[in-house]
Parts: sequence; C-alpha cells; structure tokens
Amino acid sequence: MQINGLNKNFGGVKAIDSFNLQLEKGKIHGLIGPNGAGKTTIFNTITGIYKPDAGEIRFKGKDVTGLKPFQVAQLGVGRTFQNIRLFATLNVMENVLIASNLDITYNMLDSFLRLPKYKKEEKALREKAMELLKIVGLQDLVDAQANSLPYGHQRKLEIARAVALNPSLLLLDEPAAGMNKEESVELVEFIKEIKERFDLTVLMIEHHMDVVAGLCDHVTVLNFGKTIASGRLDEVKNNKMVVEAYLGEEK
Amino acid sequence: MSGYWQEIFVLVGINFIVVLGVSILTGFTKLFSFGNAGFMSIGAYTSAILTTRFNVPFLLAVLAGAILAGLVGYGLGSLTLGLKGDYFLITTLGFGECVRVLFEYIQPVTGGAGGLSGITHYTDFTIVAISVVVAFIFAWTLIHSKYGRNLTAIREQEVAADAVGINTFKNKLLAFVVSAVYAGWAGGLYAHHLTYLEPKIFNLAKSAELTITTVIGGLGSLTGSFLGTCVVTLLPEVFRDLSTYRMLLYGIAVVVIITVKPSGLYGYKEFSITKIIRWFKNLSKRTSGTVEKGA
Ligand SMILES: Nc1ncnc2c1ncn2[C@@H]1O[C@H](COP(=O)(O)OP(=O)(O)OP(=O)(O)O)[C@@H](O)[C@H]1O
Ligand SMILES: [Mg+2]
Repeated sequence: MQINGLNKNFGGVKAIDSFNLQLEKGKIHGLIGPNGAGKTTIFNTITGIYKPDAGEIRFKGKDVTGLKPFQVAQLGVGRTFQNIRLFATLNVMENVLIASNLDITYNMLDSFLRLPKYKKEEKALREKAMELLKIVGLQDLVDAQANSLPYGHQRKLEIARAVALNPSLLLLDEPAAGMNKEESVELVEFIKEIKERFDLTVLMIEHHMDVVAGLCDHVTVLNFGKTIASGRLDEVKNNKMVVEAYLGEEK
Repeated sequence: MSGYWQEIFVLVGINFIVVLGVSILTGFTKLFSFGNAGFMSIGAYTSAILTTRFNVPFLLAVLAGAILAGLVGYGLGSLTLGLKGDYFLITTLGFGECVRVLFEYIQPVTGGAGGLSGITHYTDFTIVAISVVVAFIFAWTLIHSKYGRNLTAIREQEVAADAVGINTFKNKLLAFVVSAVYAGWAGGLYAHHLTYLEPKIFNLAKSAELTITTVIGGLGSLTGSFLGTCVVTLLPEVFRDLSTYRMLLYGIAVVVIITVKPSGLYGYKEFSITKIIRWFKNLSKRTSGTVEKGA
C-alpha cells in the first residue's frame, strides 16, 4: 500500500493534511498520535468510507482512491473499528462466517436444492471459522451472542472477523483499547501469530506504547492531521515535536 | 376439511406468502416498506387480465404477474435503495399509492375504481398449499445460506457488512425483489380467489398490515411470520364484530409489542422440534441435578 498527498477536510478542520505512507509487505506499521490527530480518519479514507479531497491511495499496484468500502474490502483490506462494530445479536460463529462470504462460489439454486456444492462449501467455511476462533481463543464460545462477550473478547472476535476476509492488509484501530495489561500482552502475541500465519501486512493505530513497542517495525506520528515524525519507535520517541504533542497526554 | 376451514387456509396461506417476502425484507434486512401491497396489486391485476381477456392458463398468468412485480421491484429498488433508510420507506409508500391511483385511472384496462369482475375462481386448496411450501422452503434456504447471512449482516451493522466485502446495495436489492415476487405471486392467487378486484384493496392500510404482521410475528423469524399471519388473519374472523376496529387493534397490538417485547411474538429465533427436545432434556438434567445435590 502506498499513500501520496492525502487530504481530508471536515468543514474547516484539516483532519488529514498531506499524508504520505509506504507500507512494507509483511511488516507491522504503527500510527500514533494524540486524540483527534486524524488516525481513524486515515483508516476511513483508505477503506472508502470517506472520499479524500486530494491525494492518491494505491494498493497492490492499483489506484483504489474513491472506491466503495465493499470494493476495497474485496481487494483484500480487512479492518476493525475503534468503537467495536460486531454483528451484535448474532453469535460468534456467524460473525466469522459472514466475513467469509467471498470464499463462497455456490449460487442460489445450489443453496435452494442443498446440492453437494452448497454442503461442501458450508462445511469448509465452518471448519475455517473454527480454526480462526481457535487461534483467537474463542473456540468455546461459538454459540455466544457477540454483544454478550466481555470487551476483550469482542475485540478479538472483531480481529478474527477481519482475518476471515482473507485480507493481505489488516487495519487495526486501537485493538488494545480497554484491555488490561495481561490481555494486551496476550494480544501482542496473537497479532504476531496471525500476521505470520496469514501472511499479513498490518497497519495499526494504538495508544498503548508497550503494544506498539512489542509489535511495530515502523511508526508514523500524527498531530492535527500532520505527520510530525516517522521511523522506528525508539527513533521517534525522543523527537522534540513528538514529546511536545504528547505532553500531558502521555499514558 | 370443511369448506369454511379450506377458505381460512387459503386466506392464511396467501397472506403468509406476502408476509414471508416482507419478513425477508424487514425482519432480516431491516428495510421497511410501506408499498408491498402495490406489488400484490400488480400481480393480481396482471394475472387477472391475462386469464380473463387473453385466456392465458392460470398458473402461467400468476407467474407473469409475479415476474412483472419483480421487475418493477428491481427498477424501483435500483433507484431508491441507495437512499438512506427513511427515504427508502417514503418512496415505497409513494409507490404503493401510485399503483393504486394508476389502476383507478387506466379504466379501460383495469376497470378503474369500479373494479374488475368475472375472474374465474381458479385458486384452490392444493395450489395454495404447494405455493406456501415452495415459498417457505425458498425463503428458508435463502436465509440459511450466504445470502441470508449477508442480509442479517446488513441488518445488524451495515458499516461492518461493507467492511467484510458485502455489496450491501446488491443484497438489499435482492431482498426487495424477492419480497416483490412473493407479493406478486400471492396477488395472483388472491385475484383468482376473490374473483373480483378493486385497486383500493391494495391500499396503504394493506401495506401497513403486512409490515405490522411481520413485526407482531417477530422480526428475523420465518416461523414467527407464520404465527403473525395466523393472528392477524384469524383474529378478525373470530371477532367479526370488531372488524371495523381492525386497524385500531393492530395499532394497539404494535404499541404493546414494541414496548413489552420488541422482538415480537417469536423474534430472532425459529420454531424447531429439536430445540424443544433439547430444552426438555436440559430440564430433566437440571432437575435430576438438584435432586442429587439435595440427597
Ligand atoms: N465524520 C466527521 N465529521 C466531522 N468531523 C470529523 C469526522 N470524523 C472525524 N472528524 C474530526 O476529524 C479530526 C480527526 O478525528 P479522528 O477520529 O481521525 O482522530 P483520531 O486520531 O482517530 O483520534 P482518537 O485517538 O481520539 O481516536 C477530529 O477533529 C474529529 O473531530
Ligand atoms: Mg480514532
């Protein structure tokens, strides 16, 4: 993925100002910055929820600027949301199955007549979903309603759902938000695991610095829509602008 | 089965077919339509005109009515499903009324407000029974497949549905067209049951009744829709004297249900024998468990 000169304004607010980004395949890239810096807006612009005012987004060599959200997803960009958006009254299994809809090739007739093709694909789908749920540790909760899960589990389920799409790029918006120390240590491990296993490139927004330190090969620091630093975490950490941006914000 | 009960079955069956369509649209996709009586009207008039004026065989005529309703649904849906929820609802409402006024206006074709009579009574118990079974199986297999999962995803969380690659517009269009075809088919059966038609049979109140039935039966449940249809079709039969207060009663029923049990009589679950057996097994396990503990 490559982003050049991205701008997005909301009225007078420059939520993203000339943003550039180059993601390296197979790496985990961090996007950090104080509240309101424009991090989520970048995700929403990449995934087609917002149309940028200027700039270009390229993915797998294609210009994807201005595509619809489902088209961006179909090209292989999976994401989670800062304010979790699960299919709330459906169960854990169904949440993951829905996300695998692109794996399915059967048509309405196959399903109406319950032909072998339907049965085979549905079975494979369930096996794949089960495997994913095992990786995130929700295998014993497949029948639980999504919104009945504790917060940490909901975050994990959302990641499992994003991975079920078979993405090559995964966007995580504050995956450790609301998690305790122990849970975020666990999260770091399992993000590493799914990254290796599914051969993913990851772009993640995160406030927990230990999570960022544990995962990110490279970070970009934003403030008021502008990129104020970029590099390895230990490099940018002592940058004067970064320290100022975080002054009184440090967690 | 006596004639009276056959009559009741035919009425419940025809209503159930329309409600199944609305259930897919409203109960599973959360799209509210107040125009599905318009599709019923298209199916009813198309098939009735074909059988009375052009001697088209009954089933072929009903099929033609259903297909035409589906095509109109496709056109209307393509234009309006991109709009946000409430605007879609308003356009369906306008559509239903347009169909009614149009059919009153084109008198040479439809007989206008005076009605269209002399339709042969072709609709019998067997054809309704077969239609109900096919309509139910189609709806059930649709819901229990990728298509149904995509629709419920839209209902639950549209932004997330988009984010997992579901073309929400196309899936909404699918639900809308299915509901139109169901209404069109049921309309054709209804025309050849009633043997005469008036545009105002398919007015806004009828559309509202369909949605109300779905809500009463329970959103997100096909078997609940059946329950709802039975209640809404049979209660006025049982309480004949109250039939003038029909809409009033529906209104009260909906307010009560929305406040007391928003998911309807049987919302978000399906009636299933296996589940009931499992429930009883668990019950016996639990009771024997307490006995052991007590001992
Ligand atoms: N849909 C919108 N309409 C108007 N303004 C918006 C909208 N979305 C975001 N903004 C504004 O854009 C700016 C950036 O918001 P954004 O949500 O991207 O911040 P963030 O970096 O994700 O912050 P946080 O850490 O709090 O999640 C903020 O000033 C916000 O108020
Ligand atoms: Mg944010």
